[in-house]
Amino acid sequence: MAQVSLRKIVKMYEGDVQAVKGIDLEIADHEFVVLVGPSGCGKSTTLRMIAGLEEITSGDIAIGGTVVNDIPPRDRDIAMVFQNYALYPHMSVFDNMAFGLTLRKFPKAEIKRRVDEAARILDITPLLDRKPKALSGGQRQRVAMGRAIVRNPKVFLFDEPLSNLDAKLRVQMRTEIKKVHQTVRTTTVYVTHDQVEAMTLADRVVVMNHGVIEQVGPPQELYHSPATRFVAGFIGSPAMNFLPARVENGAVHLPGGAVLPIPEARRARYAGAPGLDLLFGIRPEHLTDHRPGLPNRAEITITPEVIEPMGMETLAHFHLGEARDCCARLEPTVAAEPNVPLILTADMNNMHLLDARTGRVL
Amino acid sequence: MSADTLTADSRPASVPAGTGSLKRFARRRSTIAFLMTLPLLLVIVCLVAYPASYGIYLSTLNRTMERSIGFGNFEILFDTDTFWNVVWQSCIFAITAVIAKALIGFWLAHMLHHIPTKGQRKWRGMLLVPWVIPPALSTLGWWWMYDPSYSSINYLISLVGAPPVPWLGEPLWARAAIIIVNVWVGAPFFMIMYLAALKSVPEQLYEAAAIDGASSFQRLRYVTVPMMANIISITVLFSLIVTFANYDIVRVLTNGGPRDLTHVFASYAFQVGILSGNIPRGAAVSLFMLPILAICAFFVLRGVTRRNKEQM
Repeated sequence: MAQVSLRKIVKMYEGDVQAVKGIDLEIADHEFVVLVGPSGCGKSTTLRMIAGLEEITSGDIAIGGTVVNDIPPRDRDIAMVFQNYALYPHMSVFDNMAFGLTLRKFPKAEIKRRVDEAARILDITPLLDRKPKALSGGQRQRVAMGRAIVRNPKVFLFDEPLSNLDAKLRVQMRTEIKKVHQTVRTTTVYVTHDQVEAMTLADRVVVMNHGVIEQVGPPQELYHSPATRFVAGFIGSPAMNFLPARVENGAVHLPGGAVLPIPEARRARYAGAPGLDLLFGIRPEHLTDHRPGLPNRAEITITPEVIEPMGMETLAHFHLGEARDCCARLEPTVAAEPNVPLILTADMNNMHLLDARTGRVL
Repeated sequence: MSADTLTADSRPASVPAGTGSLKRFARRRSTIAFLMTLPLLLVIVCLVAYPASYGIYLSTLNRTMERSIGFGNFEILFDTDTFWNVVWQSCIFAITAVIAKALIGFWLAHMLHHIPTKGQRKWRGMLLVPWVIPPALSTLGWWWMYDPSYSSINYLISLVGAPPVPWLGEPLWARAAIIIVNVWVGAPFFMIMYLAALKSVPEQLYEAAAIDGASSFQRLRYVTVPMMANIISITVLFSLIVTFANYDIVRVLTNGGPRDLTHVFASYAFQVGILSGNIPRGAAVSLFMLPILAICAFFVLRGVTRRNKEQM
């Protein structure tokens, strides 16, 4: 078990392409940290640098207090689960899981004990004699995790381990991974581009974009208090709505003439907002069907373009002035129709105001 | 009412019954499949089955090819020291050369694989040259280099003060000389096959092995070699067949000499069958390779099939 420290980590590729631009990150012992971001944001590169599979251009990586910049992967005491499992096709499941221990010359009895224990945790005991070819995607993923568990390493690294699975299996395996972490409590760094995986698994989520860390925090903090427009837009599905806005006389003025009063508790926070080019940010779940009488609520009248009944909820897609692709979450019982005006209620307690120029949340 | 009945009922009265059944026969999947494979079958019959059968038939004839003597040619060969010498020499030659070609080819492929793609093409092209030049021509060059009086090799040896080597005059050196040329010609083939196989090994397996704690040698042993096992087996089998049947290098370098001690099956079969005019016995010599290679092929291909079933 160990903490992982990343200090001013830079990764440059040929042609002066800077994949990671001087990131700092402290991961505590036993912590489950998820690096999330769009393709090309540098999350996998960061993980591979922790693993020792990529050289660091500058900066320091420390595992358990030891700087590991020049230590080869095999001596870092880490285990990694790859996106496509990377199981050795010529070895049985048992041999795949035992490989790392065999190379480290563990006694045979100890290898068997550890493999059996990991297989029991992952429920793959009946598969131990099979070759990877004879396994399903989910079973292969479990074996890959088993290979990591038996080593009892200081740190687990997961590189988009669920990307190759179908949606149903992904949910199932997500739960498995969480269970395993709750059992073995090994420090874990997990890379994904799926924000749902990030939110459900992580103790802390690290949102990356263009090689920098946009925000680090627990999932709820990222959801409720995003620091930037990128984080606000990336976390949450459907994504947060952003509408051009200005603040005057303690209210947000939206395109189309809607005026939404800012709650009393937030007025001091937005004291500097008047005169700035702003974006009004609100999540679809905070823009719902009309519920008069609730405190700190404001009305917006929209004309839905598309109505998507989802069963447990109904999504209404609309545009408001220049802001396109806006979305509201309605109760499934609401009789919304396309092109028929609809009054929505905005929960102003959960609104965000962003500086349109810098993208920072005020 | 069945489809056949419908067809029969709807057939115009003017169409004779035989035409319809012929059309149905022609449209059957098995008929179409047979017709589509017919060209290949013809090629196999003309270029493989007929010559092989004719070779077997020839080996059972007497010298004048007028009557059958059964296994007489084989019995005579088995009583000849020269023939057993050829068997021994062919096995030593083929096994040594194939092992050397495989090892050198593997080493070259590994080196090439780790050169950046840009420079790799240039080196790959240069290393393929020995395989591309017609062997008879390149062997002639080697013949000059092995010359005891004027050869470049002996000149280089003399620079370190060693006495000249009678490359093609002494049986041991002549055997070594033949193997060296064969390896020089054949190693690039192994190199190119192994290079292709190396490129198909997923990089993540190496990364997983590195994290699992494997050293470079252990990655080679536990990842590279098992992942290339099929290509290695097939390449070795193919090369074993070609090397056993090698003719041109022996013919140009030593012509089987000195004292018939460097003959291999092909060159000896040529000497017995063509130069000595005993075609049936020459055929018997060349057929002697068949069971050896068939056994090798059986085991190698069985291994390939088993690995394919398990891994692919």
